[in-house]
Amino acid sequence: MILLWLECDAAGVTDISLETVAFARSLAAAGGGIAIRAALIGEVPEAARDQLAAHGVDEVHHVSGPSYDAYAGAAWASALQDIRARTGCVVVAAAGSPRGNEVLAHLAARLDVPMAANVLSFSGLSPFEVTRQVAGGAALEEMRLSQRPALFTVAGHAWVATPADTPTSPAWHEESPAVAEADLLARVSARGETKEEGPGALTTARVVVGAGRGAGGPGGFDHVIELAGLLDGALGVSRVVTSLGWRPHHEQVGQTGSRISPELYIPCGISGAIQHWAGCSSSKTILAINTDAEAPMVTKAHYAVVGDMHEVVPAVVEELKRRRG
Amino acid sequence: MADEGLRVLVCVKRVPDSSSQVVLTPDQQAVDGRMAGYTVSPHEECAIELAVRLADATGGVATALSLGPGESAEQLRNALAVGCTAAVHVVADAVAFGPADVAREIAAVVKAHGDEGRGYDLVLLGNDAADTGDFQVGIRLAYALGLPVVNGVSTLEVVDGMVSAHVDGPDGAETYSVPTPMVATILEGGVEPRYPSLKGRMAAKKVEIEERSPSADPVGSHRVQLTLPPPAPSSVEILGEGPSAAAAVVDLFERLGVR
Ligand SMILES: Cc1cc2nc3c(=O)[nH]c(=O)nc-3n(C[C@H](O)[C@H](O)[C@H](O)COP(=O)(O)OP(=O)(O)OC[C@H]3O[C@@H](n4cnc5c(N)ncnc54)[C@H](O)[C@@H]3O)c2cc1C
Ligand SMILES: Nc1ncnc2c1ncn2[C@@H]1O[C@H](COP(=O)(O)O)[C@@H](O)[C@H]1O
Repeated sequence: MILLWLECDAAGVTDISLETVAFARSLAAAGGGIAIRAALIGEVPEAARDQLAAHGVDEVHHVSGPSYDAYAGAAWASALQDIRARTGCVVVAAAGSPRGNEVLAHLAARLDVPMAANVLSFSGLSPFEVTRQVAGGAALEEMRLSQRPALFTVAGHAWVATPADTPTSPAWHEESPAVAEADLLARVSARGETKEEGPGALTTARVVVGAGRGAGGPGGFDHVIELAGLLDGALGVSRVVTSLGWRPHHEQVGQTGSRISPELYIPCGISGAIQHWAGCSSSKTILAINTDAEAPMVTKAHYAVVGDMHEVVPAVVEELKRRRG
Repeated sequence: MADEGLRVLVCVKRVPDSSSQVVLTPDQQAVDGRMAGYTVSPHEECAIELAVRLADATGGVATALSLGPGESAEQLRNALAVGCTAAVHVVADAVAFGPADVAREIAAVVKAHGDEGRGYDLVLLGNDAADTGDFQVGIRLAYALGLPVVNGVSTLEVVDGMVSAHVDGPDGAETYSVPTPMVATILEGGVEPRYPSLKGRMAAKKVEIEERSPSADPVGSHRVQLTLPPPAPSSVEILGEGPSAAAAVVDLFERLGVR
């Protein structure tokens, strides 16, 4: 049996968690129809019930209670450990999100078994071998997970969150496993404001205009910001830009910044290093603006304009304004 | 402990610089950095900066630790050049050490120093190493030491033995209040790592690095081999050159329905 830890937001199970379910279904099928159990910890929105059925989950363990009111990695792992011990699952997986990696690493340490982060695919069941992203996606690692349970997280955007061919009607278990005091020591004790979800928010924007070293300096962002504004989009930047202090880090896209998946990404003066690509590769359409026709960002893009961003972007802004009248 | 100044250990890994071309070693067990050079992860640079600030603000000590080959001394010297004042080198072939091995070795150093009366209030690591990206050494270390751990920390303050660790969580800012001693894994973005000064570089040369041998044989990483992803064929459509491409660009916006 496979146990998945799935994350929810206000709207339901997160996309990356549903991708993990799709991966698990493929693993379950390869194993000859293994059952999939999902653990959900904390508040669960109503929509999650239908999603879990549509995506083919067989059993649901909903964990709640005073110990689970505020996030604590160790407590979350302790609940998964408890469910796993009772159900005998031989595989435990989660999304390759910050929390998914964290909770599975806790579980791995508690069970003293290996954990594979950011898995893309599996190649065999005995021995169980997986391929995962390393070096920010610049290389792939084939890893053997011989111990049981096998623990891993599924890299974002590696699988499509399609519903199951045959929906299920999952059995629902309400649970509240006890948590040791020590596992509650490192627990979220205060929250700031919730993230803005407007068009300007980088990770949810439909359009992102990117700017890299080609911006030339802290004063080189006016036109890209204007373009982003006209398109109801957000500004995203490369690490060169943040480490030179031209723009704040929360605008950084990439391996050590935000991962974006807009309808349209317009990287201007960004070379397209693998670590930047790691954060923008799931954009639906990419339009690169770069002086160098050979830059990786240009060759990987769907569309490109070869030219100086300080000339091309203002011309695009003018043309947009002209057509809007 | 507070009056004596904070004792902070920061763990850094020598990794190949992967910002340009990535090449594998002939045995396909590691990324080959001989052409591109070596560095540490941006997360670890921020961890060093936080360690130095905490030590400086309290009159404490920031110690850098690395497990790796002889050449890892370079990364320790770099940490010393930006304000760490002591360094520990566990000399070992890092490729043969899996994340559980590394955590055990760091724990062995922390315990040994603790037994000698020079234990640590805080151990800082990167959230994930830039090469193997295991996302787990810090958490395994915390369990090996029996300490609480906060993951993905941007900034932290310590007041009277209580750490406030700030994390950019999935729904917004989060704060954890955790007593020392504790472990934190750091994410890039909360602080700007400083550049080494000439004076810092000179001082770094004078520090004697404490060399140690691993406490046990490694279990290993369970790696079969590394491969490089196949290059994606380019299918780019060039809309034009220079500002004259503006009309074609806006046409594209209209086709995509984003205007
Ligand atoms: C562990 C690790 C993590 C990293 N994480 C990230 C990350 O999260 N995000 C990230 O972005 N990077 C990250 N990096 C850095 C990454 O490797 C690159 O160094 C960085 O992305 C390069 O930024 P850039 O494209 O702006 O600059 P460059 O690589 O210098 O490219 C500048 C580009 O601009 C073009 N150009 C110059 N002038 C103009 C002009 N006037 N008009 C148009 N085009 C012009 C040039 O042709 C070139 O293609 C990471 C690196 C490491 C090692
Ligand atoms: N060989 C090493 N020496 C020192 N620190 C390490 C080593 N390997 C990993 N670390 C630390 O553990 C963090 C997480 O690594 P990982 O779990 O391998 O992704 C890194 O950012 C480092 O701070």
